[in-house]
This record gives sequence, C-alpha cells and structure tokens, in this order.
Amino acid sequence: MTRIQVTVDGVSYSDDVEPRTLLVQYLRESLGKTGTVVGCDTSNCGACTVHLDGVSVKSCNVLAVQADGHEVTTIEGLATDGELHPVQQAFHECHALQCGYCTPGMIMQAVDLLNDNPDPSEQEIREGLEGNLCRCTGYHNIVKAVQQAAKAGVTS
Amino acid sequence: MIPAQFDYVAPETVQDAIAALAEHGDDAKVLAGGQSLLPILRMRLNAPGVIVDLGRIPELQGISEEGDHLVIGAMTTYAALLASEAVSTHAGVLSKAIHTVADPQIRHRGTIGGALVHADPAGDVGAPALALGAELVIAGAGGATRTVAADDFFEDLFTTAVRDGELLTQVRVPKHTGWGAHYEKFVRVSHQWSIVGVAATVRSEAGSIAEARVGLTNMGSTPLRAKAVEEALVGRPATDEAVRAAVASVADGTNPPSDLNGDSDYRKHLATVLTRRAVLAAAGA
Ligand SMILES: Cc1cc2nc3c(=O)[nH]c(=O)nc-3n(C[C@H](O)[C@H](O)[C@H](O)COP(=O)(O)OP(=O)(O)OC[C@H]3O[C@@H](n4cnc5c(N)ncnc54)[C@H](O)[C@@H]3O)c2cc1C
Ligand code: FES
Ligand code: FES
Repeated sequence: MTRIQVTVDGVSYSDDVEPRTLLVQYLRESLGKTGTVVGCDTSNCGACTVHLDGVSVKSCNVLAVQADGHEVTTIEGLATDGELHPVQQAFHECHALQCGYCTPGMIMQAVDLLNDNPDPSEQEIREGLEGNLCRCTGYHNIVKAVQQAAKAGVTS
Repeated sequence: MIPAQFDYVAPETVQDAIAALAEHGDDAKVLAGGQSLLPILRMRLNAPGVIVDLGRIPELQGISEEGDHLVIGAMTTYAALLASEAVSTHAGVLSKAIHTVADPQIRHRGTIGGALVHADPAGDVGAPALALGAELVIAGAGGATRTVAADDFFEDLFTTAVRDGELLTQVRVPKHTGWGAHYEKFVRVSHQWSIVGVAATVRSEAGSIAEARVGLTNMGSTPLRAKAVEEALVGRPATDEAVRAAVASVADGTNPPSDLNGDSDYRKHLATVLTRRAVLAAAGA
C-alpha cells in the first residue's frame, strides 16, 4: 500500500492505495464518486475524463499514486451551490445526450476545450472532442451545446 | 481490467531512478506518461514487479535553448511541446506531427521520451525526430551519459538504443529555424494511429528547395528516413511535377506491414502520394 493525498472536487483525501489502483477506480470505489464512468478497456472512449491540475486526462489511464499531491475535478465537482455549470446547462438545453453514458466525460472534455480555446470553430470542437466517443447522438447536438456554452462565455 | 500487483517507486532525481533500475533489474519498468504502458499493464501483456515513475523528477521536464539546439527533457508532455513557441519556430515538423497524436487528454499525459522509447512503428514522433536529426541523450549506470543520433536510435519493432537499466533523459534538436514543415498523416477515421505518415521539413530559396528532410511513419519495423528522396529534392522547384518525380521512389527498400488497414503495396503507394503532399506543403506550395 502507498499513502496518497489528493484533493478531489475541493475536498482533501488521504488514503492508502495499492499502486496498481487506477485513478478512476479510486474515485469510484474509494470515494464513491460514481459520476465518472468507465466505457472501455483501451483508453479510447473518454467516458472517464476528469481534470488533473486543471487539464483533462483519461482517469482509466492514470494511476491513483500518480495523482498524489495533485488536484482532481470530476463531473460531480462542476456544479456550484446546486447551479449547473454552463456547459452542463447547455448539454441539457441542446439535448446533447441520449443514454447519457458518454456525458460526464464529454462535458469534462468540453470544459477543457473551452478553457483552452474560448471561441472554437465547429471543426475545432469536433477535433477537441476527438477522444470522446458517443454511440447515441451522432455528435451533432453535442457540438451545438459546446457552441452555445462558448457563446455564453464559459470559463471554469 | 486492472494491472497485476507491483511495487511503486517515485524517485526525484535521474541518479536515484537509475539506482532503482539497477537494484530491481529485469523486474523493473519505467513509467513516463503511462499512455502506452498503462494499457499494456491493464491488458496484462506485461507484469513488472516494480514500477519506477519518472513523473517526480524535475530535471527531466521542460524545453530550453542551447545555442543552435533545442533541449527537450524526456518527460516533457505533448501538450507542453504544442504550447511551446520555441518548438513551433525551430522544430516545426515536430509540432505538426504531435498535433496529430491521439487526443487532447492523452496529449496532456504522454511524453516525448515515452513515445520515442516505446518506438511503436505507427507512432508519430519517430519520423519528425529523424527528419530533424535529433540527438538522444541516454543515462546509464553511475550516471554516465551517451548521445545517440536519431538515425541510430531505432533498432527494431518497439526496440531502441536504450538498454535495460538506462533512461532517455533529453532530446536535443538542431534548430531548423525558417524551414517549412508539414506532417501528412493518413487515417480512415479520426483518432486513429497512422496507416502511413510522412514528416517533411524544407528550406526554400527563391522558390526552389535548397534542403529537405523526410521521415516515414509505419513503413517498416521502425520509423525511416528517406535519404535518397531528400537528395533528389535538392535544387528542384516546389512544383507538383518536380516534386512528384523526386519522391516517386520513396517506398523503395521499405517493408511496410500488411494489415486490416491496408496491404503492403497499398502503403507503398500511399507513401509516394503523402510524401509529395507533405513536401509541397512544407515548401509552402
Ligand atoms: C487511445 C490511444 C491513442 C493513441 N494514439 C496515438 C497516435 O495516434 N499516435 C502516436 O504516436 N501515439 C498514440 N498513442 C500513444 C501515446 O503517444 C503514448 O503516450 C506514447 O506512445 C508513450 O508515451 P508515455 O510518456 O505515455 O510513455 P509510457 O507509456 O509511460 O512508456 C512507454 C514505454 O517507454 C518506456 N519509457 C518511457 N519513458 C522512458 C525514458 N525516459 N527512458 C527509458 N524508458 C522510458 C516505458 O518503460 C514504456 O516501456 C495513443 C495512445 C492511446 C492510449
Ligand atoms: S474508460 Fe477511460 S477512455 Fe474509456
Ligand atoms: S449519449 Fe449515449 S453514448 Fe453518448
């Protein structure tokens, strides 16, 4: 076991973990943050996307021990005081989800994309979400939601 | 799936990392960004007893300029390279190639050192390293370092000049200031590994090609440099006709794989088309 100290969604945690524990496993199984989901075995799908020190990563492809001393934001940490984050609100309003499985990762990556580029073109949105797969929507309304959030002038 | 159990060490200096590798021998495996290694461990294709994480070693991070070279720490991420004006100015073809790697999440974690040592023949970093004549600094027992030219670095599939117990510490890139650059990557769907990729960087003088460097991705068991084509391009005008003729033989002597994405002959054909496009784009034509 290795001792780690991680701040997740603003709360500091100290835990003993097996070094082989994946960050996504730690979030879901130790902290109960099941908003972050696992959609594949190959780090292709992006469903597990969280922010590590403010930038997006696939939490199935990071060890919990690598997050020691760092800060993680999950989909559960986006809303403030019960108010949806503007990107969450835009996904809701634009009907950017069907089954919703890809949505936590899609939203976390969309927030990262807008942090990096507050005024992306449609092409830049599609490329910025390249690592997030959706089996339902055909992406069209996801792109529209990101455009709407961009118009609203989102920053995290 | 999750990896088999292993012990974990996170040294803070290169010296300590090398000592850890020496102590654990064959049983140890270096972890950089983890974007290739962690999938391998999760699929249980490998099960090292000890993981030596390079992520806490400051001296392996960052990009600096030393005279006519850029010096890039092995643990510098793709994202940091893409954000660097020094890299886009002096090693444009590296920026162009890295832009096509995987997706933003993976580019936030994956490192130049990990990509080079992993040496996947379909990886996009080897070809620009060859085209730019990069020099790879390797540290070994007792901290002794040696420098290997990119031309001698890639030995075979997933095999480089970095031996067990050694670390790649730096990538030294001769500045190619003012050279045009392009990376032409052929894929069938987005977010795919190169079926074939071509890295080209060109110095132009009065509309013609004064010097050219060309690296090939996934045209054999290692990335390849197309030296005959580089020579054939010198002095040519940057026109479709002239470049087409100069690159026609780019696939000669290559041995690309046949797989579901295309057979070997198809890749050879692709290489000529992509090389022409890459060279013309690099020459600003
Ligand atoms: C979904 C997905 C898509 C991808 N698509 C692409 C793509 O399109 N193009 C592409 O080029 N790559 C792609 N990759 C691979 C990615 O580029 C990896 O990040 C990179 O190949 C490895 O870098 P890393 O820092 O993550 O290394 P790690 O995974 O940590 O290590 C890779 C190997 O190198 C060794 N190693 C690492 N650093 C050192 C060092 N300094 N000294 C000695 N040994 C070292 C490790 O022991 C290991 O064997 C993809 C990966 C994924 C998961
Ligand atoms: S679960 Fe992490 S990328 Fe699919
Ligand atoms: S909404 Fe079902 S996978 Fe995207």
